[in-house]
Amino acid sequence: MTTTRRNVMAGAAAGGAALGGLPWRSARAQAANTIRIGVLNDMSGPYRDISGPYGLECTRQAVQEFGNRGFNVEIINADHQNRPDVGVNIARQWYDQGVDMIIDVPTSSVGLAVANIAREKNKVCVNTGSATSDLTGPACTPNTVHWMYDTYMLAKSTGGAMVRAGGDSWFFITADYAFGHALERDTANFVRNAGGRVVGQVRYPFPATSDFSSFLVQAQASRAKVIGMANAGADTINTVKQAAEFGITRRGVKLAALLMFLPDVHALGLQTAQGLILTESFYWDLNDRTRAISERLRPRLRDVRPNMASIANYSGALHYLKAIADMGVAASKASGAEVVARMKAIPCDDDAFGAGSIRADGRKLCPSYLFEVKAPSESRGPYDYYKLLQTTPANEAFRPMNEGNCPLVRA
Amino acid sequence: MDEIFGIPTPLLFGQLLLGLINGAFYAMLSLGLAVIFGLLNIINFTHGAQFMMGAFVAWMLLNYLGIGYWWALILSPLLVGLTGVILERTMICQLYKMDHLYGMLLTFGLSLIIEGVFRNEYGSSGMPYRIPADLAGAWDLGFMFMPVYRGWVVVFALFACISTWLVIEKTRLGAYLRAATENAPLVQAFGVNVPRMITLTYGAGVALAALAGVLAAPIYSVNPQMGTNLIIVVFAVVVIGGMGSILGSVLTGFGLGIIEGLTKVFYPEASATVIFIIMVIVLLARPAGLFGRA
Repeated sequence: MTTTRRNVMAGAAAGGAALGGLPWRSARAQAANTIRIGVLNDMSGPYRDISGPYGLECTRQAVQEFGNRGFNVEIINADHQNRPDVGVNIARQWYDQGVDMIIDVPTSSVGLAVANIAREKNKVCVNTGSATSDLTGPACTPNTVHWMYDTYMLAKSTGGAMVRAGGDSWFFITADYAFGHALERDTANFVRNAGGRVVGQVRYPFPATSDFSSFLVQAQASRAKVIGMANAGADTINTVKQAAEFGITRRGVKLAALLMFLPDVHALGLQTAQGLILTESFYWDLNDRTRAISERLRPRLRDVRPNMASIANYSGALHYLKAIADMGVAASKASGAEVVARMKAIPCDDDAFGAGSIRADGRKLCPSYLFEVKAPSESRGPYDYYKLLQTTPANEAFRPMNEGNCPLVRA
Repeated sequence: MDEIFGIPTPLLFGQLLLGLINGAFYAMLSLGLAVIFGLLNIINFTHGAQFMMGAFVAWMLLNYLGIGYWWALILSPLLVGLTGVILERTMICQLYKMDHLYGMLLTFGLSLIIEGVFRNEYGSSGMPYRIPADLAGAWDLGFMFMPVYRGWVVVFALFACISTWLVIEKTRLGAYLRAATENAPLVQAFGVNVPRMITLTYGAGVALAALAGVLAAPIYSVNPQMGTNLIIVVFAVVVIGGMGSILGSVLTGFGLGIIEGLTKVFYPEASATVIFIIMVIVLLARPAGLFGRA
């Protein structure tokens, strides 16, 4: 059939009639039976490669694997640019427009702000990106679950290991915002409790700093045995790179990468990163299940291997959807707090983190792994970067619930 | 005396030196901006992206073609400068008769596009680029441990700044440039091809940014947003030095690097703000900048 204007007009009219003929209630029923997930993260800044587009793809993978269980799932995504004001505006708008759950939310200052909005609107926030342990401490809410890592767990695993290895005097280079402060505070507590000392710290403006040499020289002048990097992403990369340049590590001072991810090591290259001690709760080459999920994600992530932050979106979204299937869409839309309560009640199990559970204060429990970065000669290729040094079991990895000052627990 | 304001003297000397090194980057970048503004009357917001491109081209030369640092120091500014020439011929030249705002919108938009393309292709964590073997290692200065490479950056940046200044102030070409800045139609009437000179000046300014990018590649993470962090400070440097003043931008670049370095010791939290505080004070006292002509 040749296309003529008359044909097109006729087709459009017929299509219009068909659409118009649909009962309007079915469109509303469709919306009522759709769970909307918003992936809110850094798509363009220093934390992009840790989650960003990869976190979004991991969420999509969870929805795909979950399959159709009688309701639809829709995913939307936005860039909060690591700014609390931008994050809060998007979160408020999303929740008002029918988004049921917001996931990811890296950058602690944004994470804390969005947790408040979730509570105000009685929706759900599954935070897989922020590190501050305050999310399950004084700032805990019945509407937020904190997935994977936090500053306490990192401090205990990496900080504890460094102190045990003789690193008893510390100097902190800290990103001057909620996350850096929490990481410095939690690590300093571990150092002091283990009999060590904090001999000094600098707090640098985030994210406007790219030259850390001045702080490294100050750290060196303090004669501390360990330099604790209470930062993340591109900042950590620059700090490690410049520490190597100034020969800090060659003079016997240890660098503690308090929060470091697989893509950071990839960006540094093994030549510079080798020997660094760090903590993650996931590594793609840890066991058969982690290898299987990493392989399934491969086409989505364009051959990049997932890290604990990006794959936490997979795990968090999957568990959230299980809770929805368990309690029904209508009940879950009525109360976000009820959904979180159900998430806490049912056990977690997935290929990324294995079996686990969520505590009353909203903390997801999983083991933490202390890794050492391999030397170039030990690595078989891209992303073969970690050697496992030590495993902290799930029940010991995180801050005991009674020490967190979470109002939900005291009540 | 062992201490000045409670800070051990050796530490203070170290910080002054580090400030000087950062100042070298500010000076090189603000120099390119000043040259472009002086002749084209365009505020080149793409400068940060072009600095980043310089670093990335050095990385690409090494990883795709096996060409090392020394050649990159020549090739990268040439290649990025060439993209600048194309940019000027195809887009920026349309704007000379329009309001400043259009130039700003175009160059700012371009920088967002360029950074976005690189981010899409290479991610945001950056690429490893090692210090060339000839410049690896460090000197022990007694009061601090000084990487050879940083010393090289200061020396090379000074050399680049002084030669640019000499070309503009002491050569016939420079005289044409300065004359064209004052009165382009008159210079053209004398038979000088002013449009071509403008194009090449833009290319040269961009090449200076790329050169700074190559110098920065072994120190900073080579990532798409590396220019964004620096460029805001560099604009402040140009404003403080006086828009279009070459000597002003170089001296201010080094000076502010030192002031920023000292702030990092006395009150690190303010190290990103101190330059803007100075900018406000200078603009209140001398609206044309320290070295600018009102």
